Amino acid sequence: MRNIFAKELTAHATDNDRIVMLSGDIGNRLFDDFKKVAPNRFYNCGVAEANMIGMAAGMAMMGFHPVTYTITPFTTIRCLEQIRIDLCYHNLPVVIVGTGSGLSYAELGPTHHSCDDMGVLRILPNMTILSPCDPIEVKLALKAALEHDGPVYLRLGKKGEPALHREPPVFAIGKAITLRPGNDVCILGTGPVLAEALTAAKMLENECVSTRIESVHTVKPLDTALLGEIFNTFKLVVTLEEHSLIGGLGGGVAEWLADNSGYSGRLLRFGTADRFFEEIGTQEYAREVFGLTAEHIFAGIRNALQ
Amino acid sequence: MIDIDYQVLNQTAAELRGIVIETSCKAGVPHLGSCLSCIDILTALYWGTLDDMPSRIGRPDRDRFILSKGHAAPALFQVLARKGMFPLDMLDNLARYGENGTLFGEHPPAHGIPGVEAATGSLGHGLPIGIGMKLASRMRGYNNRVFVLMSDGECNEGSVWEAAMMAGAQKLERLVVVIDFNKWQATGRSEEVLALSPLADKWRAFGWSACEEDGHDIKALSERFCTVPDGSGKPIAIIAHTVKGKGVSFMEDDNNWHYRVPTQDEVISARRELGLI
Repeated sequence: MRNIFAKELTAHATDNDRIVMLSGDIGNRLFDDFKKVAPNRFYNCGVAEANMIGMAAGMAMMGFHPVTYTITPFTTIRCLEQIRIDLCYHNLPVVIVGTGSGLSYAELGPTHHSCDDMGVLRILPNMTILSPCDPIEVKLALKAALEHDGPVYLRLGKKGEPALHREPPVFAIGKAITLRPGNDVCILGTGPVLAEALTAAKMLENECVSTRIESVHTVKPLDTALLGEIFNTFKLVVTLEEHSLIGGLGGGVAEWLADNSGYSGRLLRFGTADRFFEEIGTQEYAREVFGLTAEHIFAGIRNALQ
Repeated sequence: MIDIDYQVLNQTAAELRGIVIETSCKAGVPHLGSCLSCIDILTALYWGTLDDMPSRIGRPDRDRFILSKGHAAPALFQVLARKGMFPLDMLDNLARYGENGTLFGEHPPAHGIPGVEAATGSLGHGLPIGIGMKLASRMRGYNNRVFVLMSDGECNEGSVWEAAMMAGAQKLERLVVVIDFNKWQATGRSEEVLALSPLADKWRAFGWSACEEDGHDIKALSERFCTVPDGSGKPIAIIAHTVKGKGVSFMEDDNNWHYRVPTQDEVISARRELGLI
């Protein structure tokens, strides 16, 4: 994800001289091409994220479209008040890019995990949250973020995520994309963990359960038209994210469902529990621990349908 | 260099003090001590330094001023009004300061008030924004100056020092920090709360050109502001020594006036001392 992000950003910066790249002292070599095409529009802001966000605000006030980049917790929770006031209150066009989101950096310990980033950013007025599921969506989400006249948080995994889309889909902020059609159960998922949903759907197919999967790449604003349709159509609606059950996609859908009566569909949510992941392990192991693997999703849905 | 009659500016500052005190009483708005300590700095900036306002307000290459100590907004609003930044309906709105549904609050808002470049109120935000503005100006080839007014208490915030290092590294010679060094913060002597001194040396150590001035000498401040850039190739920190509550004997250096609101009688006494009655 981060490689396609760097490549696409470089392409945008070649054509658009409003784009400025602000790095929080990471991405060694990743932005070499960007520095070649726009040497005066790349700033290593050091390990000083609060200042980086404030700087981005100042640049945006002057007509630029800055993009900030570092490891997710450091460019979100670390500098939350700068995001809240400098970016959201002023409603400025700045793209905050968090890399290694969710449990991508499971091996690095809880300081580097981010299962709470969407929760804290989703409550901020004017904020848009994009959480693409694969490199194809990263490319489209970045383009949409750079066309959006307001703050956007772009939630990336790490590198090497598989493509989940066969063809580049039509992408619009706030409009989910159907990854797979189906009739019996609908999974609303966000981010690379959707790969687990696709595998689970194949397992369910073997049991004659037809699964629709939606990539809810925009976690704010939620695609409420889709939610209305899904909860009208399906008896079981599932949310899936590599994020806490509090405050993210599942939290948002539950809030929407509580506010909108008359739907008979049941909601089943997959996400991380309300605790730190303190064991040592890979992302796959962490998903296993939090019940986010294809097997867990398959079993959870089969139980719920019985 | 602008030809300036400093006697007139001293009178302007006295009148600004008078109306800020009246407004505080009428609207019940605090932070009077913090407003009075920076009135002369604001006067030197707006009448002695910043390029012509409001005619240049729409120009992207204009000078920028950020009131990072946002709690002195009552002073800034009166300065902007007097500079002619507001249309009549906004002046009416300002006259109803503090009423429900009006525009003018205790801190500068993000939208709706001409001349307010950035919303502030939470301390330590103005300098990073100012750096972004100056870097953006440099990318665009503008020779404008960016002034950021901070309080001494504000220097407690870590983001100030993150920003100080960035500006030092980027050698932003047209970026100016003015510190309203009134020696108090909300609930104590600033030097006792967190060790500030040696304040000018701290900025120098972070790669800035630093100097100290009498923060109530409008002429000295204006002349200093007009020497930006100063030839050092560095951003400039001006430590302005001030007195909290300056201009009114019973408010001067009394930190109760961080939060106290004056009575009608105190307003009259204050105006008399300022030579306005």
